[in-house]
Amino acid sequence: MSTRAGETITCREFVELVTDYLEGRLPESECERFEDHLALCPGCQAYVEQMRATLRALGRIPEESISPAAREELLHAFRTWKATR
Amino acid sequence: MARGPGFDRDEARLLVALRAGDEAAFAQLVDGYGPTLMRLALSHVPSRAVAEEVVQETWLAVLDGLDRFEGRSSLRTWIASILLNQARTRGERERRTLPISFLRRRYDEGRAEPAGDRDRFQGRRGERPGWWAVPPDRWEEPDERLSRDDARAVVLGAIRRLPARQRDVITMRDLSGWSAEEACNALGVSETNQRVLLHRARSKVRAALEDHLKEQPQS
Repeated sequence: MSTRAGETITCREFVELVTDYLEGRLPESECERFEDHLALCPGCQAYVEQMRATLRALGRIPEESISPAAREELLHAFRTWKATR
Repeated sequence: MARGPGFDRDEARLLVALRAGDEAAFAQLVDGYGPTLMRLALSHVPSRAVAEEVVQETWLAVLDGLDRFEGRSSLRTWIASILLNQARTRGERERRTLPISFLRRRYDEGRAEPAGDRDRFQGRRGERPGWWAVPPDRWEEPDERLSRDDARAVVLGAIRRLPARQRDVITMRDLSGWSAEEACNALGVSETNQRVLLHRARSKVRAALEDHLKEQPQS
């Protein structure tokens, strides 16, 4: 979402820019206005903190893996593949 | 041969070993990329058993295509793109026999829903239009609370309800820690598109956690 230059952004606009901001992809001028808003808005400060906590929670989701039997089958398939090369 | 920036030395070494028929190298790849592949597969097909088959088929396709791999993208994004193709094809087939609620997901795919909830912001007649009407609360001890099983189930449930490509992006980026570039390569989408998908996905997971923590006051 783009915002007009020189205007203060609203909270509604702010939340749509959060990912661009966290990804370091906000153009400099927008980044300044984003941070200006952040500095004076407790609601958006809480929002960004929630988003950061969400990202940490996503990073802690345990891994999935295939079963040992399926893994064995794959290694067997690899040997067959190797033999036919 | 020119290598894309995502191609690191470790992958180059594994690729050489793999082409030489080194089983340990293959096992290392299967174990290393397995978790991401399994998660991606699970987000397209209805059961673990089918997801596991998709992962297995992917590795067989990788072996078949190994000599054609040119290293324009990193090995793992190439493998992920093969998996996504297999999983989508398989998902389409499985879905034909599934109830309607499952079908609905496909129509969600392109919807441009706002990431923020509209009622949360003041309307045009509000004191400050576009500013919070219902501001979010500060979460107390978020890491401790979000590490619990109930919160984890909420995160997984929210991811499961996402449209497929949003699920793919958040899986690669935030669950597996891949770079934006890798996610773009695996999905064949632009960097901007990737970021839009990621934004929607993250926003929905955050909203689900917010609802959950509201119902579960700190104990």
